[in-house]
Amino acid sequence: MTLAARARALWVVWFAVLAGSLFAIVRLNKDAMGAVATSNRFGFTLVESAKRLGVDFVHQGPAFDRKLDHIMPQVASMGAAVAVADFDRDGWPDFYVTNSADGSLNRLYRNQGDGTFKDVAGELGVADVNRAGTGVSMGAVWGDYDNDGYEDLFLYKYGRPELFHNDAGKGFTPAGEKAGLPAWVNANTAVWLDYDRDGKLDLFLPGYWNEDIDLSRLQTTKIMPESFEYAENGGRKYLFHNLGGGRFEEVSAKLGINSRRWTLAAAAADLSGSGYPDLFLANDYGIPQLYINKEGKQFVETGRESGVAKTPKSGMNASFGDVFNDGRLAIYKTNISEPGVLVQANDLWVPKKESGGGLQYDDLASSLGVDLGGWSWGAQFGDLNNDGTLDLYLTNGYISAGERSSYWYDFAVIAVGHSAIIGDAANWPAMKGRSLSGYQRKRVWLNDGLGRFTDVAQVVGVTDTYDGRAVALADLANRGVLDVIVANQHGPLLIYRNTVEPGRHWIELALEGSSSNRSAIGARVELQWNGRTQVQEVSGGNGFSSQNDRRIHYGIGSATKADRLVIRWPSGKTQTIENPQIDRILSVKEPS
Amino acid sequence: MKRYYPPLLITGILISAHLSFGILEGYSRTGIAILVAIAAELVMGKLTYGKWPHPASAYITGISVGILVRSPFLWTYVLCALVSIASKYVLRLKDRHLWNPSNFGVSALLFLAPASASLLSIQWGNVIWPMVVIWILGAVIVWNVGRLHISATYVASFLLLSFISSAVTGNTWLATVAPITGPMYQLFIFFMVTDPKTTVHSTSGQVFVVFLVALVEMFLRLNEVVYAPFYALFLVGPTSLIVDEWLRSRRSVTVPNVAY
Repeated sequence: MTLAARARALWVVWFAVLAGSLFAIVRLNKDAMGAVATSNRFGFTLVESAKRLGVDFVHQGPAFDRKLDHIMPQVASMGAAVAVADFDRDGWPDFYVTNSADGSLNRLYRNQGDGTFKDVAGELGVADVNRAGTGVSMGAVWGDYDNDGYEDLFLYKYGRPELFHNDAGKGFTPAGEKAGLPAWVNANTAVWLDYDRDGKLDLFLPGYWNEDIDLSRLQTTKIMPESFEYAENGGRKYLFHNLGGGRFEEVSAKLGINSRRWTLAAAAADLSGSGYPDLFLANDYGIPQLYINKEGKQFVETGRESGVAKTPKSGMNASFGDVFNDGRLAIYKTNISEPGVLVQANDLWVPKKESGGGLQYDDLASSLGVDLGGWSWGAQFGDLNNDGTLDLYLTNGYISAGERSSYWYDFAVIAVGHSAIIGDAANWPAMKGRSLSGYQRKRVWLNDGLGRFTDVAQVVGVTDTYDGRAVALADLANRGVLDVIVANQHGPLLIYRNTVEPGRHWIELALEGSSSNRSAIGARVELQWNGRTQVQEVSGGNGFSSQNDRRIHYGIGSATKADRLVIRWPSGKTQTIENPQIDRILSVKEPS
Repeated sequence: MKRYYPPLLITGILISAHLSFGILEGYSRTGIAILVAIAAELVMGKLTYGKWPHPASAYITGISVGILVRSPFLWTYVLCALVSIASKYVLRLKDRHLWNPSNFGVSALLFLAPASASLLSIQWGNVIWPMVVIWILGAVIVWNVGRLHISATYVASFLLLSFISSAVTGNTWLATVAPITGPMYQLFIFFMVTDPKTTVHSTSGQVFVVFLVALVEMFLRLNEVVYAPFYALFLVGPTSLIVDEWLRSRRSVTVPNVAY
């Protein structure tokens, strides 16, 4: 072969390598977008039924200082929230939803037990909470802070936080100044937890914007994050230790929580196996934080050491799920993915089985197919089809405005700017009615139990494209299936009523603490059936601006019996129930 | 020795930025991009030219891919590095490759796999000093290899043209120049537009071409193309090389070289 012929042959080979690589990029990109189901063979359907159930709530967004008019859709992009609890102890889950315009009314939907709901917020005193000068609602969490058996309501705002005492389900009374809450906090999340296991619920309230800022009355436009991925000029964190008698003491600094990251979501669970609840914070504009609880005496931040804080992203959700049915609680954090611009991808942090001294996590979101969900917001784990594995419901979409125009270019330009540029709202390009990751398709990822999730949203009936924020799961009609409530920014509250095909069994648990906090928040339950196990914990708020029903729901598929329930109460007591009845809601009280 | 300056600079940037701010998705991804780029270069170079090529160029390509590409998928780093190197051996004109390799690779990746990858588009930390250090070191090194005029022309053009962009869009000038304060642009300014293999021969031509890059970039930005600089270089670079070669061939025909 001559030199020229050899060169030509090699060129052909290299051309094939180049063309093959380009082809592979196209194919793999298609695969990366995830498996999407096209036929209905998943054993359940979700039908949007809010109006039929008597719920006609449409969220009104806030309007802040006119200096922010050019980017108002962004700074006013949160506030739609939902929290579930049986506030009147009638055995039916009720829910509270927040509104965010000045003077708008929040709603408390009482479950009437006949499949319908009625708004009772006005008559019970928790509707008119967005009065001018007090700030606007961002969300709420239920927890029985005085152990009287009735779930109390904590309302967090861009404004003055409010704690409402539940008066035996007949009304709510503001806890007042003796509670010791701060005058102003700009928060998008709060969590009830009993961090010191003293039997009284404490409250974690992490700020988003700096608490010195009143967005309705700005002194300056230099209020924005100092960086898109390294910002530490957000709100301070509050940890309120419950002293009893309706009084709280702020102890965050004393216990080692000094962050000023922009926290959008927080959740608590015993991740380290110590018996004490740890805290996970999903932060916007930066890395997340994992605070390990040292026996209620100290919180130690271990984000980097544990691996969850490798990469700064835009964290917007914190929820936990035993996705492999092996007792390990994985952390799901949502972020931003916009094709062609920003692919942060969501994170599913799964604890390593053999971590050898200290909690270590691997991100398995890509491997399991739950990484790309658009501009993702709230997400919740729950067994939607009662097959015995935890599925994942995700809502998304940031700002749906002009359908044919996008703000993404300008957003990308300002996001890369130096802190002196990005930190001043006056420098942010005007939105001019453009969308930013709007009109997005939701995800309902079904867990096959073998390490793969498939998006079945479109085929099971989740077809809305609102700007979703909060997701809460609850068995609203006590039927043994999880319904889905979605709070949308500037949009209607949606209730997806779930229908699971017959022959799939379930167990639900309504726990009540005695020496533990009465809400049983932090109780860890392990169900064993048919050679399988699944762990869940009672949560005092998780996801994004949301709280699921405290009752724990298990699907067990075609199994006709369950072997064992092991409950570790927050007090540390362990209770075992052999052969628990299936297909019913079991009320379990902590043994004294 | 001079050929080691750029690799040393980019390595220094990478290490200091990652240790200070954790800018990488992970060492493994950057590492694999470097390994794939060097391996591809060695194999293709040896088979094509019969001798082992120096790995410095491939190292810069690999590390650029490792720094620039943001993706949860390992394959994006592997294929981007491979495409970058392969382009050097396939897309050629008169024994020169037409595209800066990493420019071709990341442009192809962004165009073909938008759902899987994006580019580094953030600040490194909240203070200006990392950028100042990079600017000083970068300027010294590109001056040392005789390329400072290219980088300087690009920066000056970008800043001046931003006045026009600002006037057209109504956005503040500060918002318009925001991107150039980020690290992505430093890689572009010091490593991509200065690539000796893909720039025209004359100094005045280099100045003119890099101004054209900034000009095309401005038009792309006015059309809201997020990764405008990469696409601008992708378009202008090879075009200018082709024109340059054509002009040189015309000159060599009309004014034959005479050896004295």
